[in-house]
Amino acid sequence: MAASSILNNLKKSAIASLWLAFLTLPIMVIRVDTVEKTVTWRWMHLAYMLAGSFVLALFWHFMMDRRDRGAAARAAGTSQAASALGRVLENPKLVKPLLAMGFLVAAVFPYVFSMYQTNILISALIYVVLGLGLNITVGLAGLLDLGYVAFYAVGAYAYALLNMHFQLGFWTVLPLAAIMGAFFGLLLGFPVLRLRGDYLAIVTLGFGQIVRLVLENWSSFSQGPSGISNIARPGLFGINYSVEQATTYIYYIMLALVILTIFITARLKDSRIGRSWLALREDEIACQAMGIDNTKAKLMAFALGATLASVMGAVFAAKTTFVNPASFTFMESAMILAIVVLGGMGSVLGVILGAFLLILLPEYMRAFSEYRMLIFGATMILVMVFRPQGLIRAKRKVYKINTEAA
Amino acid sequence: MEQTNTAVLSVRNMSMNFGGLRALSEVDLEVRQGEVVALIGPNGAGKTTFFNCITGIYTPTEGQVLAYPRDGKEKRINGMRTNLVCELGMARTFQNIRLFPSMTALENVMIGRHCRTKAGILGAILRGPGTRREEQDVVDRSYQLLKKVGLEQVANEYSRNLPYGAQRRLEIARALATDPFLLLLDEPAAGMNPQETLELKEMVIKIREEFQVSVLLIEHDMKMVMSLSDRIYVMEYGRVISTGTPAEVSADPQVIRAYLGEESDA
Repeated sequence: MAASSILNNLKKSAIASLWLAFLTLPIMVIRVDTVEKTVTWRWMHLAYMLAGSFVLALFWHFMMDRRDRGAAARAAGTSQAASALGRVLENPKLVKPLLAMGFLVAAVFPYVFSMYQTNILISALIYVVLGLGLNITVGLAGLLDLGYVAFYAVGAYAYALLNMHFQLGFWTVLPLAAIMGAFFGLLLGFPVLRLRGDYLAIVTLGFGQIVRLVLENWSSFSQGPSGISNIARPGLFGINYSVEQATTYIYYIMLALVILTIFITARLKDSRIGRSWLALREDEIACQAMGIDNTKAKLMAFALGATLASVMGAVFAAKTTFVNPASFTFMESAMILAIVVLGGMGSVLGVILGAFLLILLPEYMRAFSEYRMLIFGATMILVMVFRPQGLIRAKRKVYKINTEAA
Repeated sequence: MEQTNTAVLSVRNMSMNFGGLRALSEVDLEVRQGEVVALIGPNGAGKTTFFNCITGIYTPTEGQVLAYPRDGKEKRINGMRTNLVCELGMARTFQNIRLFPSMTALENVMIGRHCRTKAGILGAILRGPGTRREEQDVVDRSYQLLKKVGLEQVANEYSRNLPYGAQRRLEIARALATDPFLLLLDEPAAGMNPQETLELKEMVIKIREEFQVSVLLIEHDMKMVMSLSDRIYVMEYGRVISTGTPAEVSADPQVIRAYLGEESDA
């Protein structure tokens, strides 16, 4: 880095810290004791304030410079250059042991850790699948869906209601929930075919609200805000599990579903269908002019995303044995969207990382619960400033070419 | 390729109104097999609107657009969906380049193969031998097309990182991937230097021979138009004002007037 830019950064940081110290002077330095009628000047606090903000500002500027230089290098150099994280994850020598280790840990997890931990991990896994599902709609096809949680609710209520009225078991409902999810995906997909961008976002937002409000107010159907309780846990050939066993069982079901989802989405991403979604995201007019049926591609993206969410809804209902509309607020949709954007739109690995980060981080920061949301928000801002493409940038496949073929 | 008198595209009496504005007025145009036909005219004459009308982006207000695909069956394509027009075999490029920026050059061409392949969701997930064969075929064919336009070196580059001229050629390769019988080029030489324009011209001639396609192009570069096209249509204010061989058109007083303006005796 040039000396002038260091000097410049020092200057900027100094100004920032002086300004902040001045602004916080009344609260940080002056203390008025109204009982004793004294005023204490705590000058040390001013020094802390100056030093702390100076160091932070300097660090910030340093990171910003680094980022800008990185961007310039990327623009000049090869386009597919990967980040350090990406390089580690692409090294075939490291990937296999890492995967094996991860799988081993995942396989023995419920026997090593407590039920509480297992429960947390189950919800993280649920969000992994939700993230991957929304990744199809938002990340690949570029259809901004802010009402994604509606499909999650559809699945949860499908299981809850079918179980309550007809005593249908988890395994019977799972495929039904998938079909219902796809149906609702199409139901939302058809009216929004002509919309894109902000307009699409608003309509899907409305759809999410409609589903929640219906569940809240149509009491004879869904028992309203009080929700449905005593939903059966999943069984296996009539065996009834204790709570602890059931948790372990659900954990393995989720693990299998996560692996299945990763497999499906990874394969779809580099397929003919996946490419048509990308083309749709990149340029709708050119996409259609090149012979891709936009309608079909859009509906497929909506339906597939919704199917995954709906299946997860059924698992969620089975896990908590209780559903009510409060679980399906806009916050949930926003959370899932944050997982996708933070992880890296279109990147399967990124979304998985994003889900773990966003679900586990708040969970394990309960110890300092007052600052939990503060740290959470700061993390999101930092990631978006320094890695706007997400934790892991989606990369395109390099195809193997048969040069001999004509 | 042998030129015959069979038409591949025949536009009869086509008009296009946008509200009260008549963008195209009773346009007649024909492209015969193996021909390179140019559509020229001052800015705003309605050339791109004409393209949009025959590719289904707009539905013409009046008139007939008839296409004759390779199977020889006449097909009326007014208001047909854009993707179906492309599937029929009329592929276009865009005046302002419309590639898929964060897909690689190879993938851009592969998109063109979409309407000629059929692997569905199940195929993609199971990846059976049929799907794999189809996929490899798409990759190989697309790579060959990239070679034809001289872009095989940058097959795995994102298309947004390609230089301007390469992007133009990539668009042509993408259009060719759809197996067209008629290639519609909207200002392919726009923004190119004379050397690039010359290369482009040679490429179009080569493509016509090799892929047995007819070409309809909009172009402002007169040198290229005059030396490349078999016939020229000249448009002004939404009407065709002159048509004929390059020599005939360039001698037409109406065309000279449209381009250079009328002499006034004030």
